[in-house]
Amino acid sequence: MSKQRKAVALISGGLDSLLAVRVMQEQGIYVEGINFFTGFCVEGHTHAIRKKDRKKPKRNNALWCAEQLGIKLHILDIIEEYKQVLFNPRYGYGANLNPCLDCKIFMVKKAKEWMEAHGFDFIITGEVIGQRPMSQRKDTMPVVQRDSGVTDRLLRPLCARNLPETLPEREGWVVREELYDFSGRTRKPQMALAKKFGFEDYAQPAGGCCFLTDKQYAVKLTDLWQSRGAREYELDDIMLLKVGRHIRPAPNYKLIVAREEGEGKFLQGYKRQYPQLRVTSHGGPLTLVDGELSADDLQLAARIVARYSQGRMEPEVEMEYIETSGHVQPMKVVPLGPMDVKPEWML
Amino acid sequence: MNRETLDCQRLLCPMPVIRVQNKVLQMHPGDVLEAVCTDPGALNDIPAWSRINGHEVLETRAENDLYIVVVRIGGG
Repeated sequence: MSKQRKAVALISGGLDSLLAVRVMQEQGIYVEGINFFTGFCVEGHTHAIRKKDRKKPKRNNALWCAEQLGIKLHILDIIEEYKQVLFNPRYGYGANLNPCLDCKIFMVKKAKEWMEAHGFDFIITGEVIGQRPMSQRKDTMPVVQRDSGVTDRLLRPLCARNLPETLPEREGWVVREELYDFSGRTRKPQMALAKKFGFEDYAQPAGGCCFLTDKQYAVKLTDLWQSRGAREYELDDIMLLKVGRHIRPAPNYKLIVAREEGEGKFLQGYKRQYPQLRVTSHGGPLTLVDGELSADDLQLAARIVARYSQGRMEPEVEMEYIETSGHVQPMKVVPLGPMDVKPEWML
Repeated sequence: MNRETLDCQRLLCPMPVIRVQNKVLQMHPGDVLEAVCTDPGALNDIPAWSRINGHEVLETRAENDLYIVVVRIGGG
């Protein structure tokens, strides 16, 4: 009896990795999944901070895929290690701060370590030639294999027939003729295959699965680095970039203004790390202050926050500046006029 | 049987699942882990992770702004 071959799959939570695993399972391969958390992953829950989005289904797509496939899923926290990928990408960035090719190399390298540590035989991904402009091109796919060190133990079941034969094919662990030859940006072949396998309700993220591809997010991250004089961040920093309205009236401080109740509740959790501005005489957004404020800065900051409160048309608004120690400084300010909030302050 | 509580407050998906996953590695079959979360998605994700990895979900509940999932560790 031949040995049961085992593959570890990179599971993003999207359709392609879902299909790639099922194609392997059809050939009798035992599969377990790994999913990487960089801190920049777009997840439904990040949006679910906002109260208005809470009616949307909340699920982790990678877990959902694993459950559909009946496979184990290991979610790996790579937040710290990922910093070097983001800070020094050998192959540069895409349209924004997305180091897609270096990211793929890094993830495959991590998967190789996992494969070797757990006695698995090869790695599979849901990649398709031509699907992504940076990491999924015919000329960059071999780079992933070479630089990750995985060489021919990386199989891409959805486009394998367009690529050189890999070890699992050569050894007869999988049948090459039963793999696929998808290419390009069209999703039709994948959707047809999903239908054949009976998959419904799979995730189809319109804007990709990583915040680093988002222009506005990249602006906020670049601003964070500039304000600190160094390219560094902690998980809380990059989480906060996903929440609220970010306003930088001066280089030395930034305001993070909740856009609605759910965000306010989330920001409230940071009260021991950041001072807060809170409107007391009217309804208004909870605001975090990131940076050191002079007395003049505090006045301007309070007037900006008052502008976003229900007292914006009033001659005066009462507020509190709450320091991280819990010390409360009451304030009365005149809300800024609509033309006084400068567009260049908005990140 | 050992029972432990894991504080996952203020963590957003998938960090509560990662914390649970890492904690479970230090526990034994039959032990019980109670994860206390503030991300409502934990009510779906920790049970999903538990199901696919062979652990039993004993309870899920929402209390005020907390979301609590109780899991019995399976045999792996």
